[in-house]
Amino acid sequence: MRFAVCRTLLFGLWAISALALTSHAQQRLIPLEKLQSGLHYSGAEVQSLQTDEFANPGNIALDSGIKSWAKPDGKANKSCQSCHGELVKMKGVSIRYPAIDKATGKLFNLEDRIRNCRVKNQKAAEWAFESDELVAMTLAVTSTSRGMPLQAQIDGAAKRHFENGQRLFMTRQGQMNLACTNCHDQHYGQKLFTDPLSQGQANGYPLYRIDWQRVASLERRLRFCYTGVKAEIPPWGHGDMRDISLYLAWRGQGLLVEAPAVRK
Amino acid sequence: MSSARLQIPPRILQGDVFKVRLLVNHPMDSGFLRDIDGVIIQRNVIRHLVCTLNGREVFRVEPTTGVAANPLFEFYLRATESGDMLFRWVDDKAYIGELRHTLVVEAANVSKPDSN
Amino acid sequence: MRSRLLSRRQSILNIVQTSLAASLGSFWLGSAKAQVDKLTITGLSEARLRTFEEMVRPYVQNQELKKERVTLSLPMLADNGHMVPLSLKIDSPMTEASHITHVYLISQRNPVPLMAKFVMGPWSGRADLSTRVRLSGNQSVIALARRSDGSFIYDTQEVVVTEAACVDNG
Repeated sequence: MRFAVCRTLLFGLWAISALALTSHAQQRLIPLEKLQSGLHYSGAEVQSLQTDEFANPGNIALDSGIKSWAKPDGKANKSCQSCHGELVKMKGVSIRYPAIDKATGKLFNLEDRIRNCRVKNQKAAEWAFESDELVAMTLAVTSTSRGMPLQAQIDGAAKRHFENGQRLFMTRQGQMNLACTNCHDQHYGQKLFTDPLSQGQANGYPLYRIDWQRVASLERRLRFCYTGVKAEIPPWGHGDMRDISLYLAWRGQGLLVEAPAVRK
Repeated sequence: MSSARLQIPPRILQGDVFKVRLLVNHPMDSGFLRDIDGVIIQRNVIRHLVCTLNGREVFRVEPTTGVAANPLFEFYLRATESGDMLFRWVDDKAYIGELRHTLVVEAANVSKPDSN
Repeated sequence: MRSRLLSRRQSILNIVQTSLAASLGSFWLGSAKAQVDKLTITGLSEARLRTFEEMVRPYVQNQELKKERVTLSLPMLADNGHMVPLSLKIDSPMTEASHITHVYLISQRNPVPLMAKFVMGPWSGRADLSTRVRLSGNQSVIALARRSDGSFIYDTQEVVVTEAACVDNG
């Protein structure tokens, strides 16, 4: 009898701790109702630049990407349009990324998918990371999902990538020994020198960063964050950047895609 | 590669003073910044940008390094005639950018109803 | 007995070792200096503020100058010095008899004082303009307009810039 009680108690304890562990893995440090786009923390000028439908500085790259979509290229002499149809058909595509690529089993961000498609299907030369063409095309594809909410698939093969991304987000690093969470979960809204800290959300990427005077990808921004805490910057294409991107998509779930977004 | 975006009102009547907005694709590299490897990015800015209407100059701007990348210029024109609007700009690399637009100016309704 | 003095071979070796160490050391220092050089600003030997006189004299010379009819609009606090929206309104009939011929946008602190020069005439209908400028640090901006009679009018505004445009930001 006592043995049975002990067994039940032990089982109960295990169940509770297991539940606690899993819920910790899913715990949101910023609850869904408190999520804010980076636009909220930007000044009036940046906001007006973004909402100016004509003069948004990201429009140049956007126009370029839209033109590129219909341009045949590579040995196959196909344009993106040849296979995918009109650009508007890409609505909903960007919010599915990062996603596991079935062929390689790797976690792909949208840039990876575009680069891969170019080489595999257009039989064209690879676009370098952060090149004008890649950034413009990523923006063009993302712009079709404007207004759609961020979402993330974090189960199945993506689970370990999500967990790694979350771990990276919570881990202190660099000479300044800071984790992303220290600023972006614990101190958003407060000032870092003269700038208000945002929540570090990804719903605007790729966006026109005024400081860089061009449209930039999420990967570039994350690498720059590493510079900010004086950590060693991983090389372009590193899995950690994609894992963090996946975690960010989950963390910012529900935030609407802004394209082209403008930030300082 | 998209060179510029133009915005003018959809309907322009004779005598209207209308706003022209032009967003130009250009890095306007000042020559003061260094790239990630510490190498100076050579200066390359638009030397002048001219708008002509039927061959006549109607707007000119000569920017320097003090104008932002992907420059925006907004100015006004009095609508007197329809015709070929040509925007032409030259930069430090002697690259010539162009944008053409057919300007349509509608005759203003001047007929007055009979007083009888 | 072994000589205490260094043999010639030994002293030559010493000299070689010392000079090698010195050159390697200076190379290291040199590259450290080069690292510092990478961080310094090029071409901004003067970060001082220009006087009003210095800013307008090249254009106005001895002509009449009045602070009227021009309204310059810039944010009081610029988000980022790389792209600061600027607009100006000028009260002018823009007729053949009386119009604006040129507008100059002048910076107090930028490495290059003239930010842009605009040319217009009666065909413009209105002398109003907008553009986006770069501002390197807190400063005043002057919008100077030349009238068809040769006189000048202007407006000026102070802008606080939290991040200077001309300093490399990585």
